[in-house]
Amino acid sequence: MTGPTAHPYGERAVLFDFAESAAVLTAYDVLRRAGRADVVDLVPAERSLLVLTPGRPRVEELRAVLAAAGAAGDEDRPSPLVEIPVRYDGPDLDEVAATLGRSREDVIATHAGGAYVSAFCGFAPGFAYLTGISADLQLPRRASPRVRVESGSVAVAGHYTAVYPTASPGGWHLLGRTDASVWDLDRDPPAVLTPGTRVRFVPVEPR
Amino acid sequence: MTRAVGVIAPGPLTTIQDLGRPGYAALGVGRSGAADPVACRLANRLLGNRDPAAALEATLGGLTIRAHGPVTVAVTGAPCPLRRDGRPVRAAEPVRLDTGTTLELGTPPTGLRSYVAVRGGFDVPPVLGSRSCDVLAGLGPPPLRAGDVLAVGTDPATPMPATDVAVTAVPFGSAALEVSPGPRCVVADLRPLLHGRYVVTADCDRVGVRLDGPPLPTDAGATAPSEGAVTGAVQLPPDGRPIVFLTDHPTTGGYPVVAVLTQRAIGTAAQLRPGQGVRFVPAVPDRVTAEPQG
Repeated sequence: MTGPTAHPYGERAVLFDFAESAAVLTAYDVLRRAGRADVVDLVPAERSLLVLTPGRPRVEELRAVLAAAGAAGDEDRPSPLVEIPVRYDGPDLDEVAATLGRSREDVIATHAGGAYVSAFCGFAPGFAYLTGISADLQLPRRASPRVRVESGSVAVAGHYTAVYPTASPGGWHLLGRTDASVWDLDRDPPAVLTPGTRVRFVPVEPR
Repeated sequence: MTRAVGVIAPGPLTTIQDLGRPGYAALGVGRSGAADPVACRLANRLLGNRDPAAALEATLGGLTIRAHGPVTVAVTGAPCPLRRDGRPVRAAEPVRLDTGTTLELGTPPTGLRSYVAVRGGFDVPPVLGSRSCDVLAGLGPPPLRAGDVLAVGTDPATPMPATDVAVTAVPFGSAALEVSPGPRCVVADLRPLLHGRYVVTADCDRVGVRLDGPPLPTDAGATAPSEGAVTGAVQLPPDGRPIVFLTDHPTTGGYPVVAVLTQRAIGTAAQLRPGQGVRFVPAVPDRVTAEPQG
């Protein structure tokens, strides 16, 4: 039982490394559900989980908890599935298709055909980085970011796709829009695409 | 009768802050809260408020308030000259404001952020369990504007504590920030940072403090996956000039973190003002001492 590599991070945090995103999500889920008094906050990311503690972290104890969970393997607990209806009429759709040398319809079908998982949130409240995008749809961020991207914009960049929860600046390629709200302060939790949530995009007719 | 405090002038930037909204970092919502939590806590303690009562965080003073109903306030943090209806009063002790009385915060000669607590706390609607204004995420009550009227909560059951003197220290001249190595660094990696002499740039807000000085070596071109960041993280962007994360920092960051401030140094960093000199000193583990000198 070795457990993940732990990096001390100041007086009130420890950072754990994992080989893959799925292992991060398992560790996040285990610590989140454990409801430990010595865990104030958790920040899952691509390959790491940051654990914020009220005092000096008990690193070995936390590592042992994660090691035991890793050894037990994934439980058969189904992650929630969220379906997001999308009007594929984004301003970057034609440019993305041209860059990838594919038809507009092909880009839509590929994006809507994917099975995605929220790997982590960041950038803005409720902004979820969704993994599982087809290798055929991966392209770097736009050369110059937009000053304003509308909320509900469905976008791709690198090996992620996302739904902008609120209007903000943004450098991703906009494929479409959804009317579904992925961030609502009156809901608990306020984010819909919490880490570990499975996501599908369902094409709907443009208005 | 409900008591309130009216805002006559907000100064350069005054926000409402408590001790933040922990528990939502996995959703991309940072903790936020008072940038100098020690000063904010002290202001509340002087009035017998229980944590996490909300206080006002004034940046470079300039705040003028008026009491609507009798209230008692205390001011801590950056040492603003204080005037009650034009007459000087002291910081770091309870100050009674009768109905119609004004309290004026001048410009502090040192430090950046002052805290004005009120007995009973400022009772604005909480967002995700906190009354803190997060300027990066755009959550919580917006920065104060002239004409705002802020409700004051009911007095705590505990009596007003008796305080002879509350000692506070805000760095004067050059500041020393205690650091330990970043999560992917060892002590030896700290050496270039410890030798540098830095100056606080104008790019200094609740999100972070950008420093100017000799650029530190960076792995230019190295792309690391972004990972969770803490308040007090010292990030090194490609230009090699460090950025110290303060309380409204993004939950994740992509630049290498070379060092991390101690809890005590976080409060010191929150009081840095543009033009001030900064150096980094190694943290002595679990040391309990007075404020660093210099």
